[in-house]
Amino acid sequence: MIANKIIPNFSSPAHVDQVGIEERASRFTKRSIKNESKVNGLKLALNMIDLTTLEGKDTQGKVKQLCYKAQHLHDVYPGLPTVAAVCVYPSMVKTAKTALGNSGIKVASVATAFPSGQAPRDVKIRDTKYAVQNGADEVDMVISRGKFLEGEYNFVFDEIAAIKEACGAARLKVILETGELVTYDKVRKASDIAMYAGADFIKTSTGKISPAATMPVTLVMLEAIRDFYYKTGKKIAMKPAGGISKAKLALHYLVMLNEVLGEDWMNNEWFRFGASSLANDILMQLMKQRTGVYQSANYFSID
Amino acid sequence: MATTEKRLEVLKTYKIYIGGQFPRTESGRYYLATNSKKEKLANICLSSRKDFRDAVSAARGAFGGWSGRAAFNRGQILYRIAEMLEGRKAQFVDELMKQDADKAQAEKEVNLCIDRLIYYSGWCDKFQQLFSTVNPVASSHFNFSNPEPTGVVAAIAPQENSLLGIVSLIAPIIAGGNTCVVLASNTKPLCAVTFAEVLNSSDLPGGVVNILTGKIAELAPYFADHMDVNATVYCETDAATQNMIKEKSALNVKRVVLYDKVKWNDATAQSPYFIMDLQEIKTTWHPIENIGGAKAGY
Repeated sequence: MIANKIIPNFSSPAHVDQVGIEERASRFTKRSIKNESKVNGLKLALNMIDLTTLEGKDTQGKVKQLCYKAQHLHDVYPGLPTVAAVCVYPSMVKTAKTALGNSGIKVASVATAFPSGQAPRDVKIRDTKYAVQNGADEVDMVISRGKFLEGEYNFVFDEIAAIKEACGAARLKVILETGELVTYDKVRKASDIAMYAGADFIKTSTGKISPAATMPVTLVMLEAIRDFYYKTGKKIAMKPAGGISKAKLALHYLVMLNEVLGEDWMNNEWFRFGASSLANDILMQLMKQRTGVYQSANYFSID
Repeated sequence: MATTEKRLEVLKTYKIYIGGQFPRTESGRYYLATNSKKEKLANICLSSRKDFRDAVSAARGAFGGWSGRAAFNRGQILYRIAEMLEGRKAQFVDELMKQDADKAQAEKEVNLCIDRLIYYSGWCDKFQQLFSTVNPVASSHFNFSNPEPTGVVAAIAPQENSLLGIVSLIAPIIAGGNTCVVLASNTKPLCAVTFAEVLNSSDLPGGVVNILTGKIAELAPYFADHMDVNATVYCETDAATQNMIKEKSALNVKRVVLYDKVKWNDATAQSPYFIMDLQEIKTTWHPIENIGGAKAGY
């Protein structure tokens, strides 16, 4: 817990240089990464994926299949890493935990009335505890965007702190749903609130709202993490989620991560991609590098 | 005051055609197209393998919609392409004349292209009946075979014609429900790019036809070994390239079609067999109660 005296005054507005952020974010897409570095970058990105299925139509069979995929991404390519975690609804945590066994892949569960977050706090706490009791290693919560936009920052702060407490040993990812916060100023403020309230990760989006993760919004959050680290000495992890489906874009994110937070963050303890179709695109690029031949989705397992 | 000012002519930028858009090549490379009098005609995109990759993913994206369309509607769209070509005849005649044809030859070639599109437009919803069969089998099954499109076709157009070759090649490919990436003639690329504008202003969905300009030697290996391409078509006679295409196509068992003896000006260059070259035959066994003559079978 962070001592009260260093918690900033959230009622003062955050100021993010919109033009500067967007210009800087676009610079990261201009780096040329080829051959060996590309292969290493792609493997690292693969290892940072939270392979996700969050559909109303999810079944146990679908979750088992996803867990199998998480462990066997593309068996014809020896020495591939696995993904970091599988991300499911609380009702599927037990199934995922059993299916993943001792593979070392973590189970992440969304909670707190995902994706809207429109539920009373006791329901959110029970939702969280249910996920953790069933074996979730990580909990992805959503903040109450309505309350945040009304200016009820204390409510949001207390809610995150309460969920953190309910998580116990599980790591807490706080989803800001940046697409609903609209401005970078609000994203920055929500990031600060989440980190001071006890988040282990800050995460951009649920994937249910467009726009989801973008490079500028991720940059704002990475800078918030950097400033928080300088102030408190505590490392916070980052998870952009939603809309990252191409290997090339994933590499751009890694470039940004490296240039903002540095090498200490370049592993799956401190950075994740929330994605479902990204894994296959990365696998296709890796196979292209290995065989020299452009690949077809027909030869990769469905996600 | 007498003015002798000459107006600066606005020259056309010849770009490539991918997914219904006209991008420049991602490589930023160009080559100069000239005619036999060494007159400069235009700067033409020297497409790279990445342009081809992008074109294949556009073609793959368009395949479901195009192959799933009613055959009759595909016929309507081919007819529409012919209509659009008719309306821009003068431009094509002009381009053909720049590329060494005389006026009579040029007009003949454009007319032939329009007629060929109409011809394949008519075949769109008719070749299936002609090439489907009901097969006699020795069990209680209704057994039938019918053609289905092969998928994404990567085709290298004939070099000798600017327009007729590419039109004669594309029409049967898309009439059969395939989508394609076509490499235009290297020495006579002008009409191919203008034809892309015709395609774009007809009702053809973006991505069904993608047109690149560039070098055969550079791009042919990728046409043959891309895993997401289902067939490769090559219209030249170079034996080494033919063998290379056959070898590389074996990687994902692509269909290879070599049109090295086709005379594109000739009436023999249009037939439903060109459509059938890029079709797969699917056979279905449908169980039925009885196939005896006296009783109700199916």
